Amino acid sequence: MDYSWIQIAVAAVFLSVVITLVLSRGYGWLSPTFWRNAAVVSSLIMLFILMWLTFDTTEKVRPGASQVPTWTVINHEIGLTWNAEERRQIPVIGEQTGFFGKVYSPEEAYALINKGKMTLQSRNCMECHQILGNGAYFAPDLTRAWLDPWWEQRVKPMVGAASHEEAVKIWLMNPDKYPQGQRRMPNLHFTDEEATALVAFLKWMSAIDTNGFPPRFGVAE
Amino acid sequence: MSTFALRQPGELYESQKLAIWYFVVAIALFGTQIIFGLFLAYQYIDPDFLYQKLSFMTNRTVHLNAMIVWLLVGMMGGVYWFLPIETGREVVGIKLAKFIWWVIVAGVSVVVLVYLFVQIGPGTAFTLWFINEGREYIEAPRWADVAIVAWVAIFLFNVIATTLAARRVTGLLGVLIFDLVALGALYTSGMHYTVNITMDQYLWWWVVHLWVEATWEVLVGVVMGWSLMYLLGTPRKLIETWLFLEVALVFGTGILGLGHHYFWIGTPEYWIGLGGFFSALEPLPLVAMVVHAVYDSGAHRLHTVNKPALFWAITQAFGNFIGAGVWGFMQTLPQINMYSHGTQLAAAHGHFAFFGAYVGTVLTLVYIAVQNLGKRVQIPLNSRLWSWAWATLVFSIIAIVAAFTISGFAQTMIERAELGSTWNAFIQSYTHPWYTNTHWWRFWMGMLFLVGYVLLVWDLLTIGRKPAAAAEGAHD
Repeated sequence: MDYSWIQIAVAAVFLSVVITLVLSRGYGWLSPTFWRNAAVVSSLIMLFILMWLTFDTTEKVRPGASQVPTWTVINHEIGLTWNAEERRQIPVIGEQTGFFGKVYSPEEAYALINKGKMTLQSRNCMECHQILGNGAYFAPDLTRAWLDPWWEQRVKPMVGAASHEEAVKIWLMNPDKYPQGQRRMPNLHFTDEEATALVAFLKWMSAIDTNGFPPRFGVAE
Repeated sequence: MSTFALRQPGELYESQKLAIWYFVVAIALFGTQIIFGLFLAYQYIDPDFLYQKLSFMTNRTVHLNAMIVWLLVGMMGGVYWFLPIETGREVVGIKLAKFIWWVIVAGVSVVVLVYLFVQIGPGTAFTLWFINEGREYIEAPRWADVAIVAWVAIFLFNVIATTLAARRVTGLLGVLIFDLVALGALYTSGMHYTVNITMDQYLWWWVVHLWVEATWEVLVGVVMGWSLMYLLGTPRKLIETWLFLEVALVFGTGILGLGHHYFWIGTPEYWIGLGGFFSALEPLPLVAMVVHAVYDSGAHRLHTVNKPALFWAITQAFGNFIGAGVWGFMQTLPQINMYSHGTQLAAAHGHFAFFGAYVGTVLTLVYIAVQNLGKRVQIPLNSRLWSWAWATLVFSIIAIVAAFTISGFAQTMIERAELGSTWNAFIQSYTHPWYTNTHWWRFWMGMLFLVGYVLLVWDLLTIGRKPAAAAEGAHD
């Protein structure tokens, strides 16, 4: 898009004020007619700008476009790197390593992540966790869960897993057996297929460019 | 007396009788919300309480959904109460309205029973259609979404057809129709499934934000406008001018203020600037309402036909400004939000804002209806009990919000700023004494809130039956 947010904001306010003033010639600023015009004009202008920005945003959040990764990102290593200019972390896609020992085609990866998303919704994950920062505040934010050092440091040896994805999967299927902290996740009875799919979804989500949220992930003092 | 004159109990319109049923269900669901909120508060103290039976997620689903439904039902009840007075006639399609009402009551019961006893399902479309959609605030399964859309459509038909039959479109009715069309249309934007979580949340906020920070606010403006005409005899021209001003400010700032939910969900960077700018302006209409409330009630020296309703209306103006405006502004700028987003601070804002903006509104409406239910209408409606209920509810919600705010500051500092936002950082924050010390505080203040609720219900059941106090001068 060729316009900065300041240009859009100034244009929105300027147009609302000018069109209201033009339509309300002859009415004092205390009259109901003046404010009725202001209400209709500002609502319509803001709605129009929202629609226009929605088209632009929809293009940019398409998987594989600038913000959101392609489905096959699950076949690759994912990490975060510090962007010194913007002073925030951005996701980086590394070499192809496969996922559970397999390289998924775009169609297979889509189907798997889709199953993961359905599983995420069906188990009401958002009612304890946050997804991209939104949800409840009883359990950790899942935005970068796949990249959490806790899996390698603590969970992997605890559950006896051979790989990172296996550690996540075994833990998800038995959270009541391996409590972390004081709050225990309930056993949500994921099937094997659902747990694999959920891990794929979490891995895919960790590669979304979230403008640096959550801040300084994994960078402890 | 104005058009908004009091009506004797025998003169109630059918629409007003229906409104009473709306209020009864609203108050019952308010109680449900509090009980499940107490379960949640206790699970913070003892996370093993009801573990795997009624886990946190299930209690929170009921806590949130009961709230959304009771507040919406309460405001719709307010419209059914005032619509026949505004138009001077019975509501068109009242039989249909009564029919869909009982369908909705049955539907809500089924949805809640499924939440409690089925809770979760397999990762298929079946679960999303029949058990739980798994999206915060709009957890209701898709079949219930369809019922809700039908309900809003019939409600909209009632309003439009009654307005047309009365051949008089007032400013208030014009705004109401405009707002209800937007409210209904926006709900449908949440009725879809997409695998792309960024797009999912982009449209999810159209329902959540554009309901509570836009269309609900305007609906409040309409019912509070009618309430002030009733309570203080405020002239229509003044009410309508303020309402238009409010719509201009609420929609003018709130529609693009939506951008403050698009900072971190994978949407382009321009939303950071736009969302920060417009959401920072969102408190403006709330300031305007406080100014108006103070001026208008001061000009009448607090003389009114209905004391509790006027107090809840004033509480609404202040609560909306402080809870939604100040607590919202505190964390809406992206420079702060990056650290505070998704912490207990958001819960502090949520509790304060919903109480201020919407609980105050619905209780104003309920007290107005209660005035007309006794053997004869009391002027002014007053009792000692309502002020105890009011004081207990207001005090305890402020204490609950304070507890959330303190744990929110601690979490923001420890989890985000110091320890790097990981799982371990999260555990370190919620086990820190600055955070855990607030657990008991919010639980006991929650219990006090429950006491306030009991007093409120007791007062609602008895206030209309008391003999009228000495007339204090209704509309000065």
